[in-house]
Amino acid sequence: MNLKQDKVMDLKTAVSTYVKDNCHLSIGGFTINRNPMAAVYEIIRQKVKNIHLYAHSNGQGVDELIGGGCVSRLEIAYGGNGKFASTCIRFRQAVEKKQIQVEDYTNYQMTLRFLAGSMGVPFLPCRSSMGTDIINKWGFSPEMRQDSDKLPDEKVVTMDNPFSGWMDTEKVVLVPAIQTDVTIIHVQKADRRGNCRIQGLTFADAEQAKSAKHLIVTCEELCDNGELKTNSDQNQIPFIHVDAVVHVPHGAFPTACYHYYDYAPQYLKTYGQKAKDDVAHREYLEEMVHGCETHQDLIAKAGPEQMAAIAADPITGYARNLDRK
Amino acid sequence: MEYTLKEMMAITAAREIKNEDIVFCGTGISMLAAMAAKNINAPESVIFFETGAIDSKLEEIPLAVGDPRVMYYSSANGGLLDAFATMQNPITGQHVLGILGAAQVDKFGNLNSTVIGDYHAPKTRFSGSGGGCDMASFVPRSIIFMQHEKRKFVNKLDYLTSPGYLDGPGAREKAGFPPGGPVMVITNMGVMRFHDTTKEMYLSAYYPGISPEMILERMEFSVDISRAVEATPPTAQELTLLREKCDHQRLIL
Repeated sequence: MNLKQDKVMDLKTAVSTYVKDNCHLSIGGFTINRNPMAAVYEIIRQKVKNIHLYAHSNGQGVDELIGGGCVSRLEIAYGGNGKFASTCIRFRQAVEKKQIQVEDYTNYQMTLRFLAGSMGVPFLPCRSSMGTDIINKWGFSPEMRQDSDKLPDEKVVTMDNPFSGWMDTEKVVLVPAIQTDVTIIHVQKADRRGNCRIQGLTFADAEQAKSAKHLIVTCEELCDNGELKTNSDQNQIPFIHVDAVVHVPHGAFPTACYHYYDYAPQYLKTYGQKAKDDVAHREYLEEMVHGCETHQDLIAKAGPEQMAAIAADPITGYARNLDRK
Repeated sequence: MEYTLKEMMAITAAREIKNEDIVFCGTGISMLAAMAAKNINAPESVIFFETGAIDSKLEEIPLAVGDPRVMYYSSANGGLLDAFATMQNPITGQHVLGILGAAQVDKFGNLNSTVIGDYHAPKTRFSGSGGGCDMASFVPRSIIFMQHEKRKFVNKLDYLTSPGYLDGPGAREKAGFPPGGPVMVITNMGVMRFHDTTKEMYLSAYYPGISPEMILERMEFSVDISRAVEATPPTAQELTLLREKCDHQRLIL
């Protein structure tokens, strides 16, 4: 929350100001789409540690943050990247080696948890997952929950419908609100105050954005104040929620940004191969993340040919006939 | 016409989809099955994604439900809240047919897509529920895709991610779910369905060249095979439409 007229800053400053060791963080996007990758890489470069990360199905960003050694706890619904990784590779390895602690929810539950945080209510109900291990098995122990003032004591609560049978419902599952220290999203357009315009699916970005104490927005296009006040029915997030606006063209690369560029199959495939091997993954981090001063350096290393191949077709919003094998 | 097992599986699922079904699909073969139905036998079916896109024009096959291809020429591009509410809402949810896969299934159609081994020290970690558990909780009918292997058709799941019929007749209702559950399991060897009263899986069909006994050998639990018949292979027309209209870039097939 911040009412300043101009919140534009560079990415290094935005990340070092708001993303601290031990912070509770969520990132926007979905699997291979509109993850705030420039910010993810900057967090890795700044060697932020022990992040408590919240995600629904944010694939590539989650996997890179885990692989980058930034995450110690994760609340998640899905750690996969479509055809590129049915289970995210560094995520899988970190869980199997017990390097991170995981709490599993469903996608709807994670979304409701962000919505609850954005509304200022302690929980919201749903009719999902009764009788499953999502209810029965807790990743975070009751002791760990009680010891932390940033975690609710319960993972979920199942209760009888207090409106006795109304809406043909006998039982509801209550999921606790999330309030993050910081959320980061990548959008197509933002103005200097922080008004945001997302094209295509919004996923749960607006709920994630509004449930945060601080919000960093990275954008493809930075607009002058006023420009997004026309056709403002196309805006999803008003400036009052935003703390930092960062102009980063290709800021979602190698994930997609609708009407700007597609996901990058070549990059994602190479990443997938390297992520499987600790040595190759370390080399990847050295070359593509720590070996780059800024996201534009990473884009330059990806090469103009790859960037041209993923440029979006103006009609469909994706790269037609892109080689995705 | 020659066909692959993947084509057989996609066509078998497509035939189950009817006009006016709203089809919830995930990545890979379930996406292909939904596209096949739309192009072959159920042109009035509607494809819908947990990411919030509905009735997209899929000129190219999406490689994830978050692929920008699902956003083109859709009826609405919303978000996750919209998609899951559509299934939880009993009016629209009644029309949704879900398709999903998993790492393990038991005889009541419960699914594990989370871990193999102990949850706190897993031997293998998978992606987790995503929207699978939500869909399996809300909608009246779902189709499960599996590979037929002993370690996948198990007596006891290592983790129950998505509800089938839980521990048998009446259990879903007792747990608080609306009526519904899985209707079939399509594998690389045949088709299993669920008995009306016992809710237990039985063998409904086996593919040409496969025997019911071969199928039983690949399961930890036994199922009734007395009603099993040989499955009808895909027709030349079905195969042509699947290959040319649904996956002409051969990304899944």
